[in-house]
Amino acid sequence: MFDDPSIIVGLEIGTSKVCAVIGELGADGALNIIGLGQARSRGVRKGEVADTTQAEEDVRNAIVEAEQMADVEIRNVYLGVTGGHIRGFNNRGVHPVVSADREISGDDVQDVIKNAKAINLPAENSVVHAVRQHFFVDGQDGVTNPVGMLGSRLEVDMHVVHGNRNRLQNAIRLVKGLQLEVDEIVFNGLASSLALLTSEQKELGALVIDIGGGTTNYAVYAGGVIRHTGVLAVGGDHVSNDLAYGLKVPLSRAEKLKLEHGSALLDEKIKGQTITITNELGLPLKTVNVEHLQRIMSLRLEEIFQLVAQDLEQAGLTDYLRAGAFLCGGGARVPQVAKLAEQVLQMPVSLGQTNSVSGLKSALDQPEFVTAIGLVKFGSLKTRKREGKTSLARGLKGVFGKFLQRP
Amino acid sequence: MTERRAGTMRTKIQEAAAVAQAVQKPAAKFFGVGNAGVSLLEAINREEFAGAGFVAVNTDAASLAGSTVALKIHLETKLLRGLGTGGDPERGHALAEEQFATLKAACEGSDVIFVIVGLGGGAGSGITPVLARAAKETGALVLAFVTLPFVCEGNRRQQQAQQSLEQLKSVADGVICLPCQKTFKLMDENTGVLDTFRITGELLVEGVRGVWRLLTRPGLIQIHFDDLCALVRDRHAESVFATVEASGPARSREVVEKLLNHQLLDEGRALAESDAVLVSLAGGKDLTMAEVDRVMEQISRHCERAQVIMGAAVDEAMKSRLAVTVIASRRNPDAKFQAPGGAPESLERADASASRNPERRLAAATHGDNTSQPAFTMAQREQVLARHASGRARKASAKLRQAQLPLAIISKGRFDKSEPTIHKGEDLDIPTYIRRGVALN
Repeated sequence: MFDDPSIIVGLEIGTSKVCAVIGELGADGALNIIGLGQARSRGVRKGEVADTTQAEEDVRNAIVEAEQMADVEIRNVYLGVTGGHIRGFNNRGVHPVVSADREISGDDVQDVIKNAKAINLPAENSVVHAVRQHFFVDGQDGVTNPVGMLGSRLEVDMHVVHGNRNRLQNAIRLVKGLQLEVDEIVFNGLASSLALLTSEQKELGALVIDIGGGTTNYAVYAGGVIRHTGVLAVGGDHVSNDLAYGLKVPLSRAEKLKLEHGSALLDEKIKGQTITITNELGLPLKTVNVEHLQRIMSLRLEEIFQLVAQDLEQAGLTDYLRAGAFLCGGGARVPQVAKLAEQVLQMPVSLGQTNSVSGLKSALDQPEFVTAIGLVKFGSLKTRKREGKTSLARGLKGVFGKFLQRP
Repeated sequence: MTERRAGTMRTKIQEAAAVAQAVQKPAAKFFGVGNAGVSLLEAINREEFAGAGFVAVNTDAASLAGSTVALKIHLETKLLRGLGTGGDPERGHALAEEQFATLKAACEGSDVIFVIVGLGGGAGSGITPVLARAAKETGALVLAFVTLPFVCEGNRRQQQAQQSLEQLKSVADGVICLPCQKTFKLMDENTGVLDTFRITGELLVEGVRGVWRLLTRPGLIQIHFDDLCALVRDRHAESVFATVEASGPARSREVVEKLLNHQLLDEGRALAESDAVLVSLAGGKDLTMAEVDRVMEQISRHCERAQVIMGAAVDEAMKSRLAVTVIASRRNPDAKFQAPGGAPESLERADASASRNPERRLAAATHGDNTSQPAFTMAQREQVLARHASGRARKASAKLRQAQLPLAIISKGRFDKSEPTIHKGEDLDIPTYIRRGVALN
């Protein structure tokens, strides 16, 4: 059972919770979620580890819970990363085709991809993802596989996600400290979009906004490829903090009020309505105006969507999103949030549904688990690709090789 | 034949330009008040500002003697014995009240009056609010360019400067502020004392020059005098400004970058918070519309809520450089609470009561042992003001204090210790409703 390549684990160390999801890749390529573990996160702020000891404990708890549920032992994980330092941008690589007959070979494709990956990043940053978009052959757009085509100039667009190396390493080191291997790190926004979007939606153009506890991650697909990603270090924590400040209640109380009475849009009915906060003995402590509560919340959420909309406009992507926007993350649970997003983004908005994955019903329906499921999905795509490449001989060698490597 | 026609055409055009300039060019006067103001006025009294009047106002004879400007007003009574105010604004204030008519006469006949002053001392802080009121009564637009003292100059001077600033804000149309402390960050550690003061002075002069250029230089896009009036009149706003320069092919991008990192604009935050922004661009003959457009687009993106007026001027002396002066003003939070004329009236009353018995007050101030007198705190001063004024004025001053609350530091709660999330100059960790000024009640 150890090192079963069909077992894929996604681990998300979020600001509000740590979540581990175990998926099983069937022989037919279908992904089945068989285990889920989660723990309240205490050592993370704005998507990044702030207290290693506590975060480590939370990760361990989540992993153990998932292991028990799925009855497997976790060795490797796909780790989700986020944080305000992560940026995404598009880069183009160019390569002249030099062969005499002008036929594009596999080597040319390798070279052009290498060129596109050679980017000027700040010295302290490293690449998280470099995702291929489309090839251009002599300026002709939309080529997905140029091998065998004739042309003199081959170009490729890459979407590059990069972040501060040290801050990325913090999360990786934490996981490694628990005797787990990190297969790969994945940007959370990318993972969420993988879990939610169908290939048809990716083709039409879709936006995924994942409103988490500490950060809001978003990703845009259009024409079947990823076009844009972004992180806003603002999330549900900010809503709670605003409420605590505005209503003058402790943070834990604000959190509770947010869950019980929060709304993304102001309710007509609540005008003048108040809630009485009681202490543990049932004595009234304070009354809170529901209208204020919802207004503070609505303004914050509205701003998040506005900032996302501004960014998309700057990237010139607003007109490509014909399938609309999809929400996930804990923020998607707020009543009326889709309606608010619709007003701000001016496009159809719906709550995201994980698809092309089967398994635990309880996990699949929750917007909070979308990212972790997406991580598993990312892993499954990688595994499938790897399997496709290995011939029988190499496969055997690989198995023995692994066997020999292990002490 | 054609040459001659062209020649006549040119003269006609020149004539037309001259007429236009005569019509457009507002009569301006520069007042330098106090020691700092007088010496700053020296820096301004140059060819560039030809056509404007200059007036030096001070209590210190020595400082006035060193000035080269045409008109000097020496405020003096026997009680001071020609020694100046001794850093007490009360005396400056009383003296100015006494000579109110003289000041007003000096202001007469100009459309716009620039008051240049270093607040904190006795003459500058005391005289300026009175001078601004005198100027205002003649119907001119009053713009005050003030420096606030360095922190090391002591608490008392800070308080005096603050109090004077408050008074000035309620009478002048616009106050453009340069806190000296912030200029520290623009200089390196080894800058000498003299240089520090010189650079600070130059910064202020730059600001004056920016506005002056805006009003007088032939523009690609001209700001008319009435535009400026409409923007600043009766706003009683406190403004910050910054001037940056760049040259080379990427100069338009460079100036915007410099602006957004400028210390005096709080690294761009001042722009985000302002509700009126005035932008003056000046370049050599090669200034292109595309550059103007690029700069303006960037700036307006950072101050979406503000009313932006801009002017672009061509100055041959600039050669290949591009200079941008930005004045960002935030509406005085008190202005909307006060009934029109509320605060000036209260001040006037306080002033009037002071001017009724200026001799006595002065005498008391001069004969009393200055060192043994405890320094007035801000609150005590307000009490004095309130005591002099009627009930309504007291109410106004009470509101004044209340309206200062938003200046208090907003606690960021759980994000206090984490890295702040700054997006285009706005700190997103501060609740949205506070940044947008939504009132909860």
